[in-house]
Amino acid sequence: MEKVKVEGLNAYFSNIHALKGINISIKEKKVTAIIGPSGCGKSTFIRCINRLHEVVPHAKVSGRILFDGKDIYSSAIDPIEIRRRIGMVFQRPNPFPVLSIYDNVAAGLKLNGMKRKDDLDEIVEKTLKMAALWDEVKNKLNASGVSLSGGQQQRLCIARTLAVKPEVILFDEPCSALDPISTAKIEELIFQLKENYTIIIVTHNMQQAARVSDYTSFFLLGELVEFGKTQDIFTAPKDKRTEAYITGRFG
Amino acid sequence: MNIYKRRKIINAFMCSATFICATITLLPLISIFIYVLSKGASSLNISFFTHLPRPVGEPGGGMGNAILGTLTLIGLTCLWAIPVGVLSGVYLAEFGNNKFGAVVRFSADLLNGVPSIVIGIFAYILFVVPMKTFSALSGAFALGLIMIPTVMRTTEEILLLVPRTIREAALALGISQFRMTISIVLKTALPGIVTGILLAIARIAGETAPLLFTALGNEFWQRGIMQPIAAMPLQIFAYAISPFDDWHRQAWAASFVLITIIFLMNFISRLVIYLQRKSLKAK
Amino acid sequence: MLTALSVTALTLLLIYSMVTNALPAIQKFGWHFLFTSTWDPVKEIFGALPFIYGTLVSSALALLIAVPISLGIAIYLAELAPQFIRQPLSFLIELLAAIPSVVYGFWGIFGLAPFLRTAVQPFLSKYLGFLPLFQGQFFGVGMLTAGIILSIMIIPTISSISREVFLAVPSNQREAATALGATRWETIRLAVLGYSKTGVWGAVILGLGRAIGETMAVTMVIGNRPQISVSLFAPGYTMASVIANEFTEATGKLYLSSLVEIGVILFFLTLIINGIARFLIWKVSNKAKGRIRE
Repeated sequence: MEKVKVEGLNAYFSNIHALKGINISIKEKKVTAIIGPSGCGKSTFIRCINRLHEVVPHAKVSGRILFDGKDIYSSAIDPIEIRRRIGMVFQRPNPFPVLSIYDNVAAGLKLNGMKRKDDLDEIVEKTLKMAALWDEVKNKLNASGVSLSGGQQQRLCIARTLAVKPEVILFDEPCSALDPISTAKIEELIFQLKENYTIIIVTHNMQQAARVSDYTSFFLLGELVEFGKTQDIFTAPKDKRTEAYITGRFG
Repeated sequence: MNIYKRRKIINAFMCSATFICATITLLPLISIFIYVLSKGASSLNISFFTHLPRPVGEPGGGMGNAILGTLTLIGLTCLWAIPVGVLSGVYLAEFGNNKFGAVVRFSADLLNGVPSIVIGIFAYILFVVPMKTFSALSGAFALGLIMIPTVMRTTEEILLLVPRTIREAALALGISQFRMTISIVLKTALPGIVTGILLAIARIAGETAPLLFTALGNEFWQRGIMQPIAAMPLQIFAYAISPFDDWHRQAWAASFVLITIIFLMNFISRLVIYLQRKSLKAK
Repeated sequence: MLTALSVTALTLLLIYSMVTNALPAIQKFGWHFLFTSTWDPVKEIFGALPFIYGTLVSSALALLIAVPISLGIAIYLAELAPQFIRQPLSFLIELLAAIPSVVYGFWGIFGLAPFLRTAVQPFLSKYLGFLPLFQGQFFGVGMLTAGIILSIMIIPTISSISREVFLAVPSNQREAATALGATRWETIRLAVLGYSKTGVWGAVILGLGRAIGETMAVTMVIGNRPQISVSLFAPGYTMASVIANEFTEATGKLYLSSLVEIGVILFFLTLIINGIARFLIWKVSNKAKGRIRE
């Protein structure tokens, strides 16, 4: 089943052409990794999928992204709704520092009008458990979100994203600011999450891509060079440039 | 109504509310401009700048003495406040990275926050009481206390913007730190310091409260700095609370002149600061 | 070095000479000075309560009006306005800070006060007249007018500092909220306002400090009557105004000393307020620096 289908996607920052004619099809409840050297457009690409790219001044997008068959860039679609259904976890953990751990997770729910304490309590507990953070924070839910360690903050951000029940989760290099133990926990988590969610993860760490993903796509200079099953990409790349990159000859 | 629609409406409402806030704030500005322009500019003529005030009912008359008085006060103030302000600023920027520097910075901040009317009392106690007369000198002292913190902090900030490479180049030539500061760093920072001074002058030019019981005001041409002296803001105040239309017109005219001077200084100094920052950053 | 020392010396001298000159009044009236409202130069009985009341109420009123408007401006300028109008608009609003106080007062007498008397006060009294705040005669000049003038004068201060504080909020905070599906306003509320709460408080308190010390404009429009009245339409008097009006006429040592004491109160009040504001703003800039370092 395909969840997201990208057709002829171009993205620009003022006059820099950041993404050039990307076509890709993302399968439901699988993990798709995006790899490539820095500046190749990986982050820009996933930021187009939840319409976050256009928030930056002078940024433009053209082409189509079909989400469950509907173009998210058509004028009938509201980006607010898209961003709720396609969640995102960022490179650096960014919990809201003035909100407590509980309120960080509940933030998105409250925006959507959920007020009853019982409902909120239930979902906050459930999502914190899903993010494998519950046991560590259950006794200090009222502490500030930034009182946690970096890895815990990132899992808190994952819980915050999960709470609004997205269908797709975008991870933008979620482990690049974390130590190896925290990284392992997040990877474990991604592995569990794919049972219920479609996941796209940007990473510059090829081992990570190989460990967590089902499909891998290789970006270079704003173009999609190769896309296929992770196993195929890493064992038998078709393109010379992909081979050069995964064998560590550049990047 | 579903929650989603409600959120959209709140969003539209709040975003337009911020726009309205910005617009209604411009209303008083526009209104003041209209008053000052329509009532002030039309009352301007040569005699406004050259003549003394006349008693009520007599036509003509001007604010020559007040204009001269304001210029004299500004001159006198600059005479002591600029050296003190600039030198202290230089000291803070070059040698002020210690406890003493922190104390000086703190007292400048403190001085900056003192209400100008309180500064007036201070100048009264220090000058008017022992000299037994209101005077231009005491007025200039009060204005100087308002000017110094501004000049000092802008000087310091501008000097800190001077790139380290310039300092190091000078030091490498074997110049002592003191001479280097004076000759090279100060020269590079001069435009910025001058604009800081202009801004400070723009601020004191309109000050009234500290002059009320120092410079006091004077109906006639000034007779030396040990005597009471007229000033435009004082004259505006006196005329504004009088019941006479003639005097109101004079006060509008004076407001027009004062605002024009202040805005021009503000505008020039901002422009220069902007250009200076840009060129320093480019380097 | 010497000049820098002189700045500190002058500041200390200011405090010393103010306090010594206020001593006669402090010794004579003690704490009564703060809590009694007789102001009688003939019998030489002085109590500053009406002035303290006037200063506090007019400043509170100014904040009540200025804070929401300033925050609106700051949000608009930092978050919402199209790039090309940000600079000119903030320049125009900062021009408000350059207009001399005495010109504000003059405009207040002939522009604002008549407008309030004929248009705003009848309206308020008609629809909100059940509140004691909006009862009584319409004079034009009075507490309400003073509060409005003060609010106009402190808007540039509060809005420009708040704007700086908003611009210092890291963009990843905004992205976090936007990616959750927040609308533009929800993003501002969740990511920007929350993050910059401390700094905004600093800006507001700095504005309060300015309002409390403001003299000329208030003196010209508040009516200068030493009374405590619940109605905002009624005239009042502030600490700064009474000094401005009576200092040169003050005959008698005790009279003058009482006025100086009011100056001392004013001084310490603004000192404390500015201290709090600076501490809050300093805390924010430290936090910002800490973030860059991490």
